[in-house]
Amino acid sequence: MNEIELLNWARGPGLAYATVIMVFGLTLRVFEILSLGRPKELAEVRSSGAEDGWKLIFKRSLPETRNWKYITAAYIFHVGLLIVIFFFIPHTQLFRDVFGIFWDGWPNYIIDFFTVLSIAAMLYTMAQRFFDPARRILSTLSDYLAWLVTFLPLVTGYMAFHRLGMDYTTMLAVHILSVELLMIALPMSKLTHTITFAMSRWYTGSNNGRRGVHS
Amino acid sequence: MSTSFEQGISTLKKVIDAPIASYFSSCTNCGLCSRACIFFTETNDAKYVPIRKLEPMRRIWEQEYTLLGKLKKKVGLSKPVTEQELRDNVELTFESCTTCGRCSMMCPVGNDIVYMIRRMREGLTAAGLAPKELQESAVRTMETGSVMGFPMKTLQAMVDAAEKDTGIKINVDEPNVDYLLLLSSAEVMQFNEIIGALAKIFQQAGVTWTLSSTAHEAGNPGMHMGASDIEAQMIQRIVDAAEQLNVKNVISPECGHAYMAIRWEGPNVIGRPYPFKVYHIIEVLDKLRAEGKFETLCCDDERLTFHDPCQAARRGGVNQPQRNLLKQVSSNFVEMSDSQACNWCCGGGGGMNTIEKAAPLMKKVFHRKRRQIEELDVTTVVTMCATCRNTLEEGIEDNNMNVEVKGLTEIVADRLLKEKES
Repeated sequence: MNEIELLNWARGPGLAYATVIMVFGLTLRVFEILSLGRPKELAEVRSSGAEDGWKLIFKRSLPETRNWKYITAAYIFHVGLLIVIFFFIPHTQLFRDVFGIFWDGWPNYIIDFFTVLSIAAMLYTMAQRFFDPARRILSTLSDYLAWLVTFLPLVTGYMAFHRLGMDYTTMLAVHILSVELLMIALPMSKLTHTITFAMSRWYTGSNNGRRGVHS
Repeated sequence: MSTSFEQGISTLKKVIDAPIASYFSSCTNCGLCSRACIFFTETNDAKYVPIRKLEPMRRIWEQEYTLLGKLKKKVGLSKPVTEQELRDNVELTFESCTTCGRCSMMCPVGNDIVYMIRRMREGLTAAGLAPKELQESAVRTMETGSVMGFPMKTLQAMVDAAEKDTGIKINVDEPNVDYLLLLSSAEVMQFNEIIGALAKIFQQAGVTWTLSSTAHEAGNPGMHMGASDIEAQMIQRIVDAAEQLNVKNVISPECGHAYMAIRWEGPNVIGRPYPFKVYHIIEVLDKLRAEGKFETLCCDDERLTFHDPCQAARRGGVNQPQRNLLKQVSSNFVEMSDSQACNWCCGGGGGMNTIEKAAPLMKKVFHRKRRQIEELDVTTVVTMCATCRNTLEEGIEDNNMNVEVKGLTEIVADRLLKEKES
């Protein structure tokens, strides 16, 4: 297989397999959660909780200012990653081709800035896993692997764009393959939180809302 | 393997519901919950990181309720939860957690960690591992209707004294009144001025009320233990009394966990809605205030702050009434740096104040509260929970602080306008 064939495989069958695994896996994960059900509330509630449930989904995305220093790097990385995924012009073209929806990408220098920022922030979060006692005791092999499969697309994307390392075609193929690895890992690791965070916030927010607690 | 251990495991399997599955699916091991917890911030000991306390439950969830976990279990790649692990967990979920729920307010993915801690306690209790102090107080409550084992006789003596003191008749087992008042053991033993205080307020407000000789206390060690059957029996006693006396409103005392048990968990543990409403005493007082049913002296300029009890405020939703009342009687009320739903726990809740082994740790974690109080330079800390009040008083004494602790009901009663009393 030469580099063109590799790229074509990554763009074609590779992407298709990864998408199927990701979509099927995440659907299964959500189904596994929903199938367990939630006990009916018999106490007289102060509200249905729905409003607080929806609100919490958005409110918890705001930075927790009491512990701002502890989460800065993780916060920056999340924002940066989302910008890079959704606003790099070639990515927007891919979304247009696949989903038929198009929005304007951002200039390359901005994307470049956020890529470097995200990479730096991720390295910092890794350092925190080693040096912060709470994070260190919580961390398992799976946390390090999840970090790695998220880190690789950022680095390989940056390298491909700047023509670093291997030749462009191979590097681009490696970048796409690394994204596919991330897609496959999504339903099989804590990365599932990209979907289930909304469910958790909903459950907590609505439970609290019923009791009149605006969390 | 003992049968009680197996019961523990099967209880843990049973209590895992959709929210818990979602919480474990979402946790990224970010560690932020550690920053919310006094047991971590005051000791810097990583074993107290809240989400880590749930590791046995997390593994059971993974092995029983996820496809990948089931596969791993089949090929022998997963580690079953051992009896020793459950034993070791008692220290983490009972002896170094007040179930205050502050961690649940901080988790970035929105996990309600304390919701899981409470279920973890159910598993440990089913495995026969609940701390002996909690088991003993559950037995006492079942036998006497009182957490500290006070018979009705003791309470009657307090009632008689309050009647003599205030000149107001206090009803016991009077049917068809507006409110059935429940007390906490601490109120019967230490803070019994509350009975007279309420008699004065209710008389001025023109409210009829009664105590019950069969359900005089709302304290519920069954809830702390995570023994829903015991919790249900304690709730049922109150429900029976309220139904027999035909009262439409039941008042939970100045006690955070009693409010959580009788107001929010009660109907769920007995399996049916109540035919009456439940209010925290402070909600009732605020309602009467808003209706202009009693008048207070305005305003004392004594500098005071309020400590929000976790189960009533953060978990129970009573955040505003206490502030309305305080502002009515004080012109110098200041908020703590973190208050209401994000207040720091006093360190005594969740049954911890009864567990002998936990006493040194309780002293240690009180320093958070000490700093919060000291930076305000107040003369009085007001609260609305007898357990918080005890913990605050002990902590203040240990640290030689020059601060007084008061219950909110007592403050309101002290400042009732006397002219309106007759």
